Amino acid sequence: MQAETTSQAVPNLIHPKKKSRMANVWTELKKNKHYYFLMSPYMLIFFTFTVIPVVFSLILSFFYFNMLEFPRFVGWQNYSRLFLNDDIFMIAVKNTFLFAIITGPVSYIACFFFAWIINELSPKVRSVMTLIFYAPAISGNVFFIWLIVFSGDRYGYLNGLLIKFGFILEPIQWLTNEQYILIIVMIVQLWLSLGTSFLAFIAGLQTIDRTLIEAGVVDGIKNRWQELWFITLPSMRPQLLFGAVMQITGSLAVADITVALAGFPSVNYAAHTIVTHLMDYGTIRFEMGYASAIATVLFGIMIGTNKLTQKLLRKVGE
Amino acid sequence: MVVKMMAAFRTPKRLNRSFAVSFILFAFLAVFGAFMALPLLYAVNNAFKPLDELFIFPPRFFVNNPTLDNFYDLIALMGNSWVPLSRYIANTLLITLIGTAGHILLASAAAYPLAKYNFLGSKALFSIVVLSLMFSGHVTAIPNYMVMSWLGWINSHASIIVPSLAFPLGLFLMKQFIEQLPTALLEAAKIDGASEYRIYWSIVMPNVKPAWLTLMILQFPALWGTDGGSFIYSENLKTLHYALGQITLGGIARAGVGAAVALILMVVPISLFIISQSSVIQTMATSGMKD
Repeated sequence: MQAETTSQAVPNLIHPKKKSRMANVWTELKKNKHYYFLMSPYMLIFFTFTVIPVVFSLILSFFYFNMLEFPRFVGWQNYSRLFLNDDIFMIAVKNTFLFAIITGPVSYIACFFFAWIINELSPKVRSVMTLIFYAPAISGNVFFIWLIVFSGDRYGYLNGLLIKFGFILEPIQWLTNEQYILIIVMIVQLWLSLGTSFLAFIAGLQTIDRTLIEAGVVDGIKNRWQELWFITLPSMRPQLLFGAVMQITGSLAVADITVALAGFPSVNYAAHTIVTHLMDYGTIRFEMGYASAIATVLFGIMIGTNKLTQKLLRKVGE
Repeated sequence: MVVKMMAAFRTPKRLNRSFAVSFILFAFLAVFGAFMALPLLYAVNNAFKPLDELFIFPPRFFVNNPTLDNFYDLIALMGNSWVPLSRYIANTLLITLIGTAGHILLASAAAYPLAKYNFLGSKALFSIVVLSLMFSGHVTAIPNYMVMSWLGWINSHASIIVPSLAFPLGLFLMKQFIEQLPTALLEAAKIDGASEYRIYWSIVMPNVKPAWLTLMILQFPALWGTDGGSFIYSENLKTLHYALGQITLGGIARAGVGAAVALILMVVPISLFIISQSSVIQTMATSGMKD
């Protein structure tokens, strides 16, 4: 009986090596079929509405397509028109970058800085302060409050105050004056931007190993700033990377706020961004190929900025 | 107030803290805290202002004679507008509840295998999800519209609900959180003969309740505040946020009702956060991105 088992075991050992690559993949798939099955509903939707659209958008950007006629291949024409013949797009790019360069880093640093100060509070006060700073981000798009604050008549809160204290005599048209629009949009965006990354930082700060800080004191760390640079920031690198992704993507995608505050299109395109330009061609003019080219450029900018920032952030505290 | 809050400062327990710097940092926090809180406080006050106070000059911040008139007007308006306001509320609730619950279910079902097992394609799929955190939904707006029109979902609630089920941030956070669960727990269940589905449903799901609440707090406000975007154009399918826009367009006569609706829109997500805050913070501790 023992002889029998050994003679059977030997061919079994050799057998898998003879299998082709494809068959190996197949057994692997079959072995894990439960996992694929569990993931399938999510992945089906995720691929249909996120992954395939990116690829599709890239392909479509080389076509002329207006939703009625059959798409016509035009090569690089959409891109050359976008970069060489579209003055409005250049305004949109300028506004988007101006916006992202200011609100991106400011909101990122604000998220961390406020989380850092809040972390020094006792647990009860900490949760109240967390709520106060996080509330605007989830307050259900209540931009309308800012519309009242910056309203162009004297009932507007800001105008009312300035007139009352004699700084101005006549109300200022905050939301239709090119000079002010972008700044106002930035203020409102900053107000709304202490969101997911802020929570991630609050949580990250609470999980820092206390013994590390005590050891740091022994090693000669003298004040909170040194502690911040040598202990806190390096321990939080994963959260910092995550927060950066959230803030960058958010600040490059700004559109809802500009539309709500400055209208669409805004006066002389003063608050026109890449996303509103995309909306213009995609949902009003139905030039889907051209809109796809804009979307592809936006995709490139977003991924590029994120990757670059990740590279920079890996150097923190090194 | 600052002094009172200073008392809450844990100076004695902390090392390397100078009182002066603490004071400056704290004053800074208080000033910006006010900047964050004032507009919301203003919205709350507005909802209780009678019409004459809403349009007083110079504008007042706090309400003098609080009244519930705006809410009564809202109820009256609900009854006799062309599409009753209750319809907008029902639509918003439907979208928000199905979207949030479905998202938590699907994202956790997908996150469990990704977090705990290594199989063909698992790494690649997760890195695609991480990559998708790096661009916003606007990038895919055009093809999404076409997909919706091919599926015949334009002008239906499915066009809002279904894409939101596969929100990538939810999967990411859920996966990071499930990774923290002890593998021994899952193995013990496996030895006892539980199937993968059973493990997911009876072991993983009850243990990741904090992550449910986090996904809820991220998904709920987004859906609660949706105005239907470019997908919904039938009046009877539209949402509360859209109705708010219409009401405020009604001008001065509707200003009070607008303020009341805005308060309702605002209070629901904020109350949810108050309830779930500690769970959310617990989940966010695992949100970090590994290199």
